[in-house]
Amino acid sequence: MDRDAVRVAAELMNEIYLSFFNFEIMREALPLLLRGLVVTAKLCVAVIPLGIIGGLVLAVMSQSNSRSLRIAVVVFVDLFRAIPPLVLLILIYSGLPFAGIDISPFAAVCVGFMLNNSAYYAEIYRAGIESVDRGQTEAARSTGMSSAQTMSYVVLPQATRNVLPDLLSNTIEVVKLTSIASVVALQELLYAADMARSLTYNASPIVLAAAIYLLILWPVVRLLSMMEHRVGN
Amino acid sequence: MNETVTTSAWARFLETFFRPDLIEQYSGAIAKGVIVTCQVAGLVVVTGIAVGLALAMIRAYRIKPVNFLIIVYVDVLRSLPPLVLIVLTYFGLPALGSTLSGFVVLWLVLSMVLAAFAEEIFWAGILSVRKGQWDAARSTGFSFTQALAWVVVPQAIRLTVAPLTNRTIAITKNTALGMVIGVPEILNEASTAQSFSGSATPLMMGAIAYILLFIPIVVAGRWIETRFAWRRS
Repeated sequence: MDRDAVRVAAELMNEIYLSFFNFEIMREALPLLLRGLVVTAKLCVAVIPLGIIGGLVLAVMSQSNSRSLRIAVVVFVDLFRAIPPLVLLILIYSGLPFAGIDISPFAAVCVGFMLNNSAYYAEIYRAGIESVDRGQTEAARSTGMSSAQTMSYVVLPQATRNVLPDLLSNTIEVVKLTSIASVVALQELLYAADMARSLTYNASPIVLAAAIYLLILWPVVRLLSMMEHRVGN
Repeated sequence: MNETVTTSAWARFLETFFRPDLIEQYSGAIAKGVIVTCQVAGLVVVTGIAVGLALAMIRAYRIKPVNFLIIVYVDVLRSLPPLVLIVLTYFGLPALGSTLSGFVVLWLVLSMVLAAFAEEIFWAGILSVRKGQWDAARSTGFSFTQALAWVVVPQAIRLTVAPLTNRTIAITKNTALGMVIGVPEILNEASTAQSFSGSATPLMMGAIAYILLFIPIVVAGRWIETRFAWRRS
């Protein structure tokens, strides 16, 4: 009976090896996945700055003296935090052509991510700006700086430093989120892996894609963990 | 003449995204999707937070090999895109002879991801409770487990409410990823209706359903954030 258990376990291990860690298939799929990785990298280079700039603009607007502007920012931020990014992406990609606007998958992802990410970055920057002591603004203004100069040379640098872990954490989320672009047939890393999976009837290419994501993001997650614990102490 | 152009553009927008007959026809399907989304979301929140809290409490015993495994688990699940895990589990497991429904895969994967993030948040909370609280609890005759469960964790939870709420909302919105593996949630119903009707109206209905579902939670999260804000001494 023990021998049976050993045999079953050995068969299962072999099955796991063949279906998930099939190096033969991984080696064949690697070039396709690397091309996907390049697209993922291009996406990140496009959407991360768009989100950060959008968020920064919204956060500065949320400090405005105009009440209606402040309310508009809150409505925008809450609206785009309530819609799942995939829903937004599909609405843009599949919905706009019905209104006569044709949009490429890459552009659809950029627009969708811009709306979604700037809402999240805005909340982070807003918390950062509010964490800077009011005395800093008053001191800067009293030296003759304009309010725009005060914001860009005095408040924002300190605000950014205060929320650096949150900015990093959100940026990791954005990189991970680019995987949903596969749903609108943009040939990024996950799309390439899933294509290889359906060609080979084997899940190993997805494991390989997961390994690539892990290789890139794990060091950043570790760094973030260390930063968070240092802030905690 | 300008006015005519504006009116026809507006009419076209309504015709594309808000056709009354389609709204009536597909509101039943979208409502069914809402129920499925709520079921998955509820299960994910309960399972993910419970497992996350359990892991953080286990980590408090500081058993080296166990903690190492917990840290690896948390890091890996924070580094991988949820969609990669969903695709891997759904299309990979059948190779091992076990087929899980899309619903179960979505529930399991999102719960595991939420558990990883919740563990980090609860752990930070447990670390932030002063050592004197431990000492006082132990000196009244509490065992380590009693001190952890009745003195430390209740205080830790208060500090974790705000970050945990935000993270839970973000992960619950990932229920939309269920569309990729055929879970009949809101986005899937909307997308199916869109291809049957050849109109973008069902997609807009899906987006609005998500907004109605999540706006109250996002607004509540904003309130909780100010009410339970981390107070740094």
